[in-house]
Amino acid sequence: MEYFLQQLINGVTLGSIYGLIAIGYTMVYGIIGMINFAHGEIFMIGSFIALAVFLALAAIGITFLPLVLLLMVVVAMLCTAAWGWTIERVAYRPLRGSFRLAPLITAIGMSIFLQNFVQVTQGARVKPLPPQIQGGITLMDSPSGIVVQISWIQIIIILMTVVLMAGFSLLISKTSLGRQQRACEQDRKMASLLGVNVDRTISLTFVMGAGLAAVAGMMFLLYYGVIDFYIGFIAGVKAFTAAVLGGIGSLPGAMLGGLAIGLIETFWSGYFSVEYKDVAAFSILAVVLIFMPSGLLGRPEVEKV
Amino acid sequence: MANTTTSASADRPEGAERLSEDRREAMRGEPPFVEAPSEDTRLVRALKEAGVTAGLVAVLTLFFFLFRTDIAVGGLDLSLDPKSWIIAIAIAFAGRFLLTYFVFGGERPTVGGWKKVAAKTARWPIGKVIGVVLLLVALTLPFLLMTLLPSQDRYLLDLSILILTYVMLGWGLNIVVGLAGLLDLGYVAFYAVGAYSFALLATNFDLGFWICLPMAGLFAALWGVMLGFPVLRLRGDYLAIVTLAFGEIIRVVLLNWYDFTGGPNGILGIPKPTLFGLEFSRGEGSFSDFFGLEYSSIQRFVFLYYIILALALLTNFVTMRMRKLPVGRAWEALREDEIACRSLGINTVNVKLTAFATGAMFGGFAGSFFATRQGFISPESFTFIESAIILAIVVLGGLGSQLGVVIASVVMIGGIELLRNLTGLQAIFGAGFDPTQYRMLIFGLAMVLIMVWKPRGLVSTRTPSAIYKEKKTIGADLVAQGEGH
Amino acid sequence: MNQQNRNWTTDPVLSVEHLTMRFGGLLAVDDLSFDVGRGDITALIGPNGAGKTTVFNCVTGFYKPTEGRIALRREGSVSDAALAELTRGGQQYRRADDGSVFLLERMADFKITEIAGVARTFQNIRLFGGMTALENLLVAQHNELMRASGYTIGGLLGLPGYRRAAEAAKEKAVEWLRRVDLLDRADDPAADLPYGAQRRLEIARALCTNPVLLCLDEPAAGLNPRESAELNTLLKYIRDEHGVSVLLIEHDMGVVMEISDHVIVLDYGKKISDGTASEVRNDAKVIAAYLGVDDEEVDEVERDLDVKTAHTPAPGGAL
Repeated sequence: MEYFLQQLINGVTLGSIYGLIAIGYTMVYGIIGMINFAHGEIFMIGSFIALAVFLALAAIGITFLPLVLLLMVVVAMLCTAAWGWTIERVAYRPLRGSFRLAPLITAIGMSIFLQNFVQVTQGARVKPLPPQIQGGITLMDSPSGIVVQISWIQIIIILMTVVLMAGFSLLISKTSLGRQQRACEQDRKMASLLGVNVDRTISLTFVMGAGLAAVAGMMFLLYYGVIDFYIGFIAGVKAFTAAVLGGIGSLPGAMLGGLAIGLIETFWSGYFSVEYKDVAAFSILAVVLIFMPSGLLGRPEVEKV
Repeated sequence: MANTTTSASADRPEGAERLSEDRREAMRGEPPFVEAPSEDTRLVRALKEAGVTAGLVAVLTLFFFLFRTDIAVGGLDLSLDPKSWIIAIAIAFAGRFLLTYFVFGGERPTVGGWKKVAAKTARWPIGKVIGVVLLLVALTLPFLLMTLLPSQDRYLLDLSILILTYVMLGWGLNIVVGLAGLLDLGYVAFYAVGAYSFALLATNFDLGFWICLPMAGLFAALWGVMLGFPVLRLRGDYLAIVTLAFGEIIRVVLLNWYDFTGGPNGILGIPKPTLFGLEFSRGEGSFSDFFGLEYSSIQRFVFLYYIILALALLTNFVTMRMRKLPVGRAWEALREDEIACRSLGINTVNVKLTAFATGAMFGGFAGSFFATRQGFISPESFTFIESAIILAIVVLGGLGSQLGVVIASVVMIGGIELLRNLTGLQAIFGAGFDPTQYRMLIFGLAMVLIMVWKPRGLVSTRTPSAIYKEKKTIGADLVAQGEGH
Repeated sequence: MNQQNRNWTTDPVLSVEHLTMRFGGLLAVDDLSFDVGRGDITALIGPNGAGKTTVFNCVTGFYKPTEGRIALRREGSVSDAALAELTRGGQQYRRADDGSVFLLERMADFKITEIAGVARTFQNIRLFGGMTALENLLVAQHNELMRASGYTIGGLLGLPGYRRAAEAAKEKAVEWLRRVDLLDRADDPAADLPYGAQRRLEIARALCTNPVLLCLDEPAAGLNPRESAELNTLLKYIRDEHGVSVLLIEHDMGVVMEISDHVIVLDYGKKISDGTASEVRNDAKVIAAYLGVDDEEVDEVERDLDVKTAHTPAPGGAL
């Protein structure tokens, strides 16, 4: 029972990170119907920027942790958002209205490019960061010796995710920007006829997705303490899996899918084998899609004849 | 269907759609009656644009060029490299300035400026001529190389073998993606199944290449059906992610099932192919011995070259033939409109499965060839990046175009290899410059640029599979791209 | 129209009984029953949203009806008792010398075309745009050619049996292209054809599947008067020379009244009238629900303006 609880906490933490990345996939897919394969790389870039900011602050002597974290989040979000904007502008916008597979290929190309760009500029070796936030709350201390603990960093990750999700849902449902986004999602041509600046709306979608991915990247850095240029691929695939599992195009679906993938992975590693955790996650995706072809929370596809 | 897709399919007929879009594109720029920008504003504009670009590049590369993280004693160290950061910014500024000032004439480049729709021209005879020439070159290549470039023949022949392997894989995937319009991101799974089937059969049961080859193909086809059956009901991108997942599952299983696959160590000692029992080695009973030739290791390369050429040509022949058969026509019809297919009494599940299985089979053939060529396989050869490269070859070549796949393979695979040899650049960038490091970086960038330049691929016309009077090629703007559009 | 010659009561090719289709809370078709006579041109008419296309989609298997039975008597006459037995037995169809009958609501969409012999066209034309007109008609002969090609194996080997079948298929396609006046465009991609030609090609394509019942969803929509007249000639030709029964949805009253042997009027998913064209034309309910009022918008405008019309509330009216 204690073991189960501990795994649950770990799973929710991992799921939160996946969920934050998945939102970027789901929003982009919702609005222009493409798989943004480079999004995993955006996440990786976010974590690298966060690391560089951390080191730069340490070098100039700023060590007050809350301030450091705040600056890390802000700078990482801004710079990563710039990356997101640039990628959209360079690789996707010229192909708007073209064949569906063309942007998919540029996305894969971008992903290869970014991975190697970071490898070339920052080196191929893993970057370790000693844990910055230590300690936590002991929830249960059973006589069998298993301690159930939720660490501060886990609390921060989960809280941050909840706050960002809530803010984001509000943004999409209440603001004019969110309304424009939803309009573009429904019918881009009509939206542009009604005076919505479609290009700008799509750019902002990428910017927001990249911002969230940057937060996820920073959390990943703080939580695991090691990053390398390759983390984007696997996290990206998992997050996209999460987005599809939850029902692509749906924000709560992305979060739910992220949690589901995080929990599946953690429990599978905890109770069965670490090696096959990816197999478990992907198999469950396949099974869910076969029985619920539009994911957990996706709109069911009505075949229009 | 999701909303995005219904709107797309409601826009049929596509010809009219294309036309209206072009008109809209044409109207997007400045109205024609506006005077051309004077020299002065043009300069200012160009400077402004260049400034914005340089600023953006400064932000983007800030943490990659200026700050570098290095592993040092006791953790990480940060080093500053302002020189390369400033150089990057300067290049961005100059490049954008020149581009804006001279190429775009001070105008902001519109999206329309990039987009070029392939014109509908009867390019068919040229295509055929190129095809015949390529075939002749391919058939005589080993001898051409041996006579023209004897110093590099082994290396170039090996490269040709590699390119032909990708041509074959591209042709195999072209059936699934190009003809049937099913987006498969896990094609490498079948390549792996083929390679491992051959390797395991050969090492465990002592079977030769020629017996194992068809079996490996059949195994791969079987896997195609097994994996395809549950997932082919899915549409478009759902299919893509599930195929990607299957590709990863197979790789992870290969990696972790030590007893069976050797795990990350892979399988060693895979036998080389023989010519009717003649081995390509030194001594008694070998090829050179039998024909009274002097032994040379290049003989084996030539033999391998002809095997992959024959396999690739077989793939091409079968595909071309199938296109003219009902099943191939049904693939293309499926890509155009699945619902219409069903309304004509076509069992779309079967049609998809045949496409999947046929493509998988050729992937399996290529896989067993790969195994026999290398003599060693491990899961590392079957990562997602392989699937991505094969898909890129198919899309860059032009969906459904056999010739396009060849051109794209030569450009992409040959191109990557060329980059490996650009050691001459060290003279410019200093001895620390390692061109292989930039290989994949340039590869990724090239994928983006080629796609932006030619979104419909290099060869983007479709040849009809049946003609009444006159053969007319069909422009790519009319051809659908399958599931989900 | 001869009052005695009511094919649909004496020799129905299609019998729809108690058909109900519900989408969530929306009742699109409500306990609808009608018969389609063999060798007739039957028109299904009704205001927008009356459920006509839904009926079509149920008949052709694209929707599975919530309730009801859709029986197609392919040839011969099958007694009601035999049909009831088939229904109870849970089978999909019965093929026998004295008559075949298919329960369409139980069959997959492609099977309905393949073995029951129902072909259809679509409201938004669904051609294979990137394939030529000829190829479109060859795809329609897929099942026949598939058998002839020995499920691809024989075709790959280039056996003469397949070559003959391929020639025959091409001839059939050419024949239909000539019939719909598209022979000179045979090698043009379907998406390049003008709208009217696309409509004709879609009908030709459906006919290449050798149907006994052809379902046309608004075949005259978007056609000019001359094309409409040509369509009428074509439909009569199909009925008279090929013995194909035609079921069509149409808004163009000119077409409906001129060529239909039998007209069924739907409103709000229910049948409000059923008979010959002249009978329906004089039915007060039809005039009220349909002919006087073209669609809901007009209806609303009239209500807003308080125009006194001969409106009787439509049966089952939900508004």
